[in-house]
Amino acid sequence: MGQPKLNMSKPVSDEIRQTTCYMCACRCGINVHLKAGTVTYIEGNRDHPINKGVLCAKGASGIMQVTAPSRLRAPLRRVGPRGSGAYEEISWEEALQTAVAWMKPLRETAPEKLAFFTGRDQSQSLTGWWAQNFGTPNYAAHGGFCSVNMAAGGIYTIGGAFWEFGQPDWDRTKLFVMFGVAEDHDSNPIKIGIGKLKARGARVISVNPIRTGYSAVADDWIGITPGTDGLLILSLIHCLFEAGKIDLDYLAQWTNAPLLVNGAEGADKGLFSRNAESQPFVIDRTSGHPAPWDGKGVQPDLGAEWQGNRTVFRHMAEEYLKPEHAPEAVAARCGVPAARIRALAAELAEVAFEQAITLDRPWTDFRGNQHNGMPGRPVSFHAMRGISAHSNGFQTARALHLLQIVLGAVETPGSYRLKPPYPKPVEAHPTPHFVTTPGKPLTGPHLGYVRSPDDLCLLPDGSPARIDKAFSWENPFSAHGLMHMLIPNAHAGDPYRIDTLFLYMANMAWNSSMNSAAVMQMLTDKGADGEYLIPRIIYSDAYASEMVAYADLILPDTTYLERHDCISLLDRPISEPDAAGDAIRWPVVEPDREVRCFQTVLLDLGARLGLPGMVTEDGGPKFKDYADYIVNHQRRPGVGPLMGFRGDGMATGRGAPNPDQMQRYIDNGAFAQAHVPEEAAFMKPWNAAYQDWAVKLGLYESPQPYLFSIWSEPMRRFQLAAEGFGPRQPPDHLRDRLRRAMHPLPIWYAPFGDDDAAYGYPVHALTQRPMDMYHSWGSQNAWLRQIRGRNSLYLPTKIWQAQGFQPGDWARVSSRAGVITVPVAHMAALNENTVWTWNAIGKRKGAWALSTDAPEATTGFLLNHLISELLPDTASNGGVRLSNSDPVTGQAAWFDQRVRVERVAAADHARGTSEPAFDALGDPPRAGASKNFRRKFLDLAGKGTPR
Amino acid sequence: MTALPQTTEKKLGLVIDLDTCVGCQACVTACKGWNDQSHGLSDQDAYGANPSGTFLNRVHSYQVAVPDAPPQIVNFPRSCLHCEVAPCVTVCPTGASYKRAEDGIVLVNEDACIGCGLCAWACPYGAREMDADQGVMKKCTLCVDRIENETLPEEDREPACVRTCPTNARHFGDFNDPESKVSRLVADRGGYDLMPDMGTKPTNKYLPPRNKGPGTASPLAPLLDIKATGVAGWLDRMLGKI
Amino acid sequence: MHPAPSVILFSTLSGLGFGFLAFLGAGLLIPSGWAAFFLWGLGYGLALSGLLAATFHLGNPKNALKAFSQWRTSWLSREAWASVATLLILAPVALSDWLGLGLPRIIGVVGAMLALLTVFTTAMIYTQIKAVPRWQQTLTPVMFLTFAIAGGALLSGQAWAPLAMLAVGGILLALWRQGDGAFAKASQTMGTATGLDRLGTPTVFEPAHTAGNYLMREMIHVVGRKHAKKLRVLALILASAMPALILLLPLGLPGLAVAALLHLAGALAARWLFFAEAEHVVGLYYGARD
Repeated sequence: MGQPKLNMSKPVSDEIRQTTCYMCACRCGINVHLKAGTVTYIEGNRDHPINKGVLCAKGASGIMQVTAPSRLRAPLRRVGPRGSGAYEEISWEEALQTAVAWMKPLRETAPEKLAFFTGRDQSQSLTGWWAQNFGTPNYAAHGGFCSVNMAAGGIYTIGGAFWEFGQPDWDRTKLFVMFGVAEDHDSNPIKIGIGKLKARGARVISVNPIRTGYSAVADDWIGITPGTDGLLILSLIHCLFEAGKIDLDYLAQWTNAPLLVNGAEGADKGLFSRNAESQPFVIDRTSGHPAPWDGKGVQPDLGAEWQGNRTVFRHMAEEYLKPEHAPEAVAARCGVPAARIRALAAELAEVAFEQAITLDRPWTDFRGNQHNGMPGRPVSFHAMRGISAHSNGFQTARALHLLQIVLGAVETPGSYRLKPPYPKPVEAHPTPHFVTTPGKPLTGPHLGYVRSPDDLCLLPDGSPARIDKAFSWENPFSAHGLMHMLIPNAHAGDPYRIDTLFLYMANMAWNSSMNSAAVMQMLTDKGADGEYLIPRIIYSDAYASEMVAYADLILPDTTYLERHDCISLLDRPISEPDAAGDAIRWPVVEPDREVRCFQTVLLDLGARLGLPGMVTEDGGPKFKDYADYIVNHQRRPGVGPLMGFRGDGMATGRGAPNPDQMQRYIDNGAFAQAHVPEEAAFMKPWNAAYQDWAVKLGLYESPQPYLFSIWSEPMRRFQLAAEGFGPRQPPDHLRDRLRRAMHPLPIWYAPFGDDDAAYGYPVHALTQRPMDMYHSWGSQNAWLRQIRGRNSLYLPTKIWQAQGFQPGDWARVSSRAGVITVPVAHMAALNENTVWTWNAIGKRKGAWALSTDAPEATTGFLLNHLISELLPDTASNGGVRLSNSDPVTGQAAWFDQRVRVERVAAADHARGTSEPAFDALGDPPRAGASKNFRRKFLDLAGKGTPR
Repeated sequence: MTALPQTTEKKLGLVIDLDTCVGCQACVTACKGWNDQSHGLSDQDAYGANPSGTFLNRVHSYQVAVPDAPPQIVNFPRSCLHCEVAPCVTVCPTGASYKRAEDGIVLVNEDACIGCGLCAWACPYGAREMDADQGVMKKCTLCVDRIENETLPEEDREPACVRTCPTNARHFGDFNDPESKVSRLVADRGGYDLMPDMGTKPTNKYLPPRNKGPGTASPLAPLLDIKATGVAGWLDRMLGKI
Repeated sequence: MHPAPSVILFSTLSGLGFGFLAFLGAGLLIPSGWAAFFLWGLGYGLALSGLLAATFHLGNPKNALKAFSQWRTSWLSREAWASVATLLILAPVALSDWLGLGLPRIIGVVGAMLALLTVFTTAMIYTQIKAVPRWQQTLTPVMFLTFAIAGGALLSGQAWAPLAMLAVGGILLALWRQGDGAFAKASQTMGTATGLDRLGTPTVFEPAHTAGNYLMREMIHVVGRKHAKKLRVLALILASAMPALILLLPLGLPGLAVAALLHLAGALAARWLFFAEAEHVVGLYYGARD
């Protein structure tokens, strides 16, 4: 018998349809292969700017998401008590009429009684616009428990941020340092970038308590103590100052380091000295006289002192040369030896200054000065959740940006580059809008950047205007809202009661809430009148998530292959440093169930409610569906959700709506790009060519050059208020923390969670997102859950040995807020005072169409039960409910968590069930329900019943 | 056909870079997806308590105690190594297992497989998994249905795992060609065989993690004695440099 | 290795069957008439039921005939040929014994040699697996052949059968002794399996998959040391010591029957251990051996 003859050239499929992945927030381009109209295979789109053909484990498993039995199949109305999961299927017409009947009276009397919050939403420019036109101040997406420290820290400092809004100059950087970076947003781009560095042997350093993933391949690992990154960064800055290894020219030209700070006591102390035109100014080194900050040929004097006012640079030197920032002073607290801190500083300085590069690209800055080339500092940084999710995260993010700045390593070749629409300074962002008028829209968008106490969202009595208390004295810069406080505040009636909670894709009854068990309780608690304290809940999700069981009305969404979407420059686009980019999704297969794209439903609701912009003059619906909106909506004249193929199809950025736009995107692989000209590719905040390009594209209406904010005036204004200056005054219990947190220079203070150490909870507890799972979405995926269907709490060697843990052991883990009992495992490559587990592997029994004895529902667990959404009551806060969040931004401080770990003998805890265990949720009608006979049978037989 | 070819014209295989693999599992599901649509890789109890399915590529994660250095984590993809001396081939009673003479790819002819499992026993590397639904042996085909597939664009004629790898930790090529990318990587980076004593002469090679640890930059020298001069002195010295 | 009932029954029953057939064929016991019918029937029955059990181990038995094709390289294919040849060649001898046809014994002798060859090929299926160091030893075929010959001697009532029974015990002890050190001697570790020995000492951090798979079910079977020790003692007593003792007592045919059953039970226990204690090097990737 010979070798069989193989057909080596079998066609893969009948057809390839290109769309955008939604297995996480990364937004890669995918080729969806179909045979006879059925999805057979998904791979990355090689032409796509985000993933360039590669695809992660989740993306390649998308086919199992589209066939998952957990897909909802028709609108649902709750028929049993909340949380029981008892539902009846209703028609769309009935569902929409119900929603309108609930919402319309609210709009006409008290719009704030509708709270609309979205979770893994990629259509915030639509959802926000809808809420604005409804007129409720209570809108935000999930950024408050996700990324706002990073976003706000960046915007307030460099006019751009880490996360997915910028990236290292992967092709030129020689040293890449990550702080708290694990799998997250920008998943494939970071992997592609690390791959590039590895291919050419560039050096990668990771600062992270846990050495997995990117940290595992890093050439050096600094296993820092959680919450002390800022301390380490300021110490690096100290070392660089001490040795004079700072980029003075960069500081003088592109940052506010040479601006003069008012030194006179009083209401203006610490604000910039201003000239007669109310402009801050510098002292010109050549003349010794004041000169405009943006004057051509001016050579700002960094060391100036003028009429008692000293430059920001002098303040910096005074602050960062303090001995308290010396490596020797911070080493113990950081868990990093002083010598290693000094070595890292030396490495940064060596690469930035001894291995500097220059790109031969002449360019002109906004002052009109011409430059022959672009000098580069090939040191780059990236930071994510490890920094963001602490109560000192905003200042830590600022500190890291400061480190970049003193090295001259932002927007220079080889360093960190921003992606359009960034750079974009605070001044180019709106301020928050919140004033409600029954029956009328808000006068502007909800979310924005606060410049001073005047911009806070406060009612005339000084109480917070928003249900989540965003933009209040408790967290003035809460640019993404505080979704994590929505349900607790609504439940507590603090600051007021609401009527209807409208949620999209946010699993608040499980892994997206702090203190999940309590939140479930809040959703079901009733008042004295027998009514739920949160009277009505409308929820849209594509899947039978835990949250579904707690809603009164379910609007079932499509899966990502069955829908339109736009990934817009108005929102979070798919830009690269060298190109603006946006993308679409389109239904590559039609839904086979009574489900509708949520955004289409939202526009339908808007039309039925008569919301401005969503109805025609005769009161009919303005948009047929979301696709119609994407193509025809204009936010500003000529500027709509999609930038590409506008007007006659040739216009990019600005242009009239083009009815063929959607098809043009489909033909183009579901995305469009506008390339940044070469001479505009670096130094963007100050590069005249870039500024002009950005205006032409419609990113802003006029050039917006600015200086990096090392010294933050908005912060100083809040410090002044805390010191008693100004008409708007914070409540007394917040004065101290505002004074401390709102320091105008990047500083470090201990995370609030550190207080728990004194109560016997010394150990840091963290979670990481697995690269192959995205929140709870992966558990219903038949392939992904085989890779990771269980989680353990990883214990460092010190704890493992001290308590004599053995493989297979369990531990009781307690915090000031709760107790969990969970399986543990040993990990040596871990900070010795830190424990961690994978995020959101644990599932509530009965959810996600998993059998009730699935490991996710039995041994799987969440750390959320240990994490309070409130800070503990103390005398210092006067018994006021304060959220467990960053005092600047309201970012949920998940990673502040402190715990105690105790081994639990087998005799004291039956293995096989993590605690707390919850009753099984009822199984709502869904796509795979017919296959569920076995489960029903097991449940009846008592095999799957909860304890 | 269970006799092994004396030589093969090409020697196709993979280089897996352990210095670069972040353990993202992308190659695992890309492999699953490609091979599922081409010849079926079943899953049992997919949403139940004991799911189990056929995968042809798995990524392990090891913790390595390193002498005089902090412990490391190494992610380790494992799939068929397309051995020159493939014990899985010679044990096969039906000839279903074979090594292609033209390129050395080890394959299973499912039409001839009786599902005895002996080839899986013979493989030291766990490269073969019996599909519980079909009762035949499954293994990495090096995407033989991609690499010369004329219906695919030329750039896509590589294994699905290689095409999808976000960090570019997987490389595909001909080890018989000393100038190929894979041959050069092995030569430059010290590519090695798994369990060489098993005598299987694997084609696939692994690149070891590079040395890790602190950098070698010379320590920073203070500009001056700040305690003595104060910040003012520092400023004078510092700004004097401009 | 997973101690699958199908392979345990197969190798035990067919081993005993072919062993007995060898004695019948070689004429070390020449029954006649109905006695011949029953004794040859017993031999064929054991051999065939063993082979039948083996087919239960196949995932796709419809291709079973193809298993004859690769005799040049595959011991499993050779076994197929040897077993069929044995059964075919011995068939006329059996008929001759039953019906008194007087066929020349030399055919039976050839059949007997083929029967032992069959047992040898069975043994080589396991012995050839380098990935299971416990199996890859000279003593493995010796053990299989000893069981076959001893079983055959017992069933054919040879006077030296008690000695053969003791030999079984001896070979088991030797096999275990050598087998216990075999994995270490093969010097494969997680370090060599991953090549990470050049870096340090690896241990499993996370499994490649939390769900089960074929490899773990088939190749990774962890048997408790205490449990194994008990079973070894039991196997020795049942397969070797007790049959030897009983055969030495003047109990006649019932004694022989009891001895045979005990021996078979012991052989099954020994064969269970043969699989269950065998460690496949693939277990190294899963940290099954530390």
